[in-house]
Amino acid sequence: MPKTKVLAKGKATAAARDRSIALRVNGRIVEVRTPPHRTLLEALRDAGFVEVKRGCEKGDCGACAVLVDGIAVDACLTMAWTAEGREIVTAAGLGSREAMHPLQRAFVERGAIQCGYCTPGLIVAAQSLLAKTPDPSEDDIRHGLSGNLCRCTGYAKVFEAIRDAASEMRGARRRR
Amino acid sequence: MHATFDLDRPANLAAAFALLKSEGAAALAGGTNLIVDMRAGRERPQRVVSLDRLEALRGIRQTGGQVSIGGRTTVTDLLLSPVIAKTAPALVESARLFAGQMVRNTATVAGNIACGSPAADLVPPLFALDAKLTLVSARGRRTRPIDSFFTGYKTDIRRPTELISRISWKAPTSRSCALFYKLARRKGDAITVVGVAVALDVDRGLCTRARVALGAVAPTVIHAREAEAILEGRPLTPELIDSAAESASAAARPIDDIRASAAYRRHGVRVLVRRLVTQAWERLA
Repeated sequence: MPKTKVLAKGKATAAARDRSIALRVNGRIVEVRTPPHRTLLEALRDAGFVEVKRGCEKGDCGACAVLVDGIAVDACLTMAWTAEGREIVTAAGLGSREAMHPLQRAFVERGAIQCGYCTPGLIVAAQSLLAKTPDPSEDDIRHGLSGNLCRCTGYAKVFEAIRDAASEMRGARRRR
Repeated sequence: MHATFDLDRPANLAAAFALLKSEGAAALAGGTNLIVDMRAGRERPQRVVSLDRLEALRGIRQTGGQVSIGGRTTVTDLLLSPVIAKTAPALVESARLFAGQMVRNTATVAGNIACGSPAADLVPPLFALDAKLTLVSARGRRTRPIDSFFTGYKTDIRRPTELISRISWKAPTSRSCALFYKLARRKGDAITVVGVAVALDVDRGLCTRARVALGAVAPTVIHAREAEAILEGRPLTPELIDSAAESASAAARPIDDIRASAAYRRHGVRVLVRRLVTQAWERLA
């Protein structure tokens, strides 16, 4: 039963207040003109961040995961306007071609990619997991990836890649 | 999204209440239900009032024996909090099995309650804790036990201009044990088929307080009152536990749906109540 009064379709006339919002994405400010009812997923893809994938659009598949202030969220379940003033990082923004992030490199080296559609979301979810749990158990990884679906390979190589990256990141932390 | 609406991000509760008064307004917390429902056309608010800037609705506090958490506490916050780990282990278990990581990172406790789903996983453990909800509006605040909040399938006593600001409970003693079990197709990202929370207090060999809360087997989460009465005031024996499990199963009013048959759910209640009460009793023995 709907909690808000259901209005006849034509009557939902909330004036679309298009507005320019400044999103901080991968360390740079991006101006996006968007109405209040656009999601962060839509706004990011409009702005060219197409590594953020559109999947189920209901929070099951995790293909659209991005970091907001360091925490992985589904961009399809985040309104663009509410992301203003927050630090957004996509899978591509974690590293660069020249200086890949350990997770990006491990996914490539372990072949933890088939069609690649779920990969950006898996990398973002893994980064969010490793930030809290630098030395994850098998169960921790399972729990961290519980909101990501891969329909190609299964998850064995993904787990290997995350373990590799975690160990590299722990090493880097120790050297610092 | 095809739906169109206005969106506001009030900076304080007073501004939020003013906005919530307008026609067709809906409060947005984690968004993991509302945004999905708006996309599907099940909810058509004209104005969405985002609560994301309201820090007053956050925070986990323990003052003496009383625990109080803000409505905007996320499921992940529950998993990271030492206070919750100590005072609400069954709630931690339900938080652990809740959806997937990204949803846990944004979904809020108040949102899980206010969505009114009988399958809302945080609710049975909160029933077992005798949790109280504080509802606030421009007109003031009222506090209600969580088990008197729901009035039917996805309906409750909350007025559209009210927010669940805090959820509170009494920290259990060392002579109590609370458990939760989620029966579902998978451990991650699954909707509950049967959810059972059990809490027992034991004193000098007697069960002094029993709570048996059932999720996803009735229009709302329910207490199995008769089962609780069977257990209270007695030392628990396998026969007594069997009869409580039988009574809980009879109290369930499940439906057949895509996830399971009503008969399977009734069976699940019987098995899980027996199992959890036995485990809790053995741990306290």
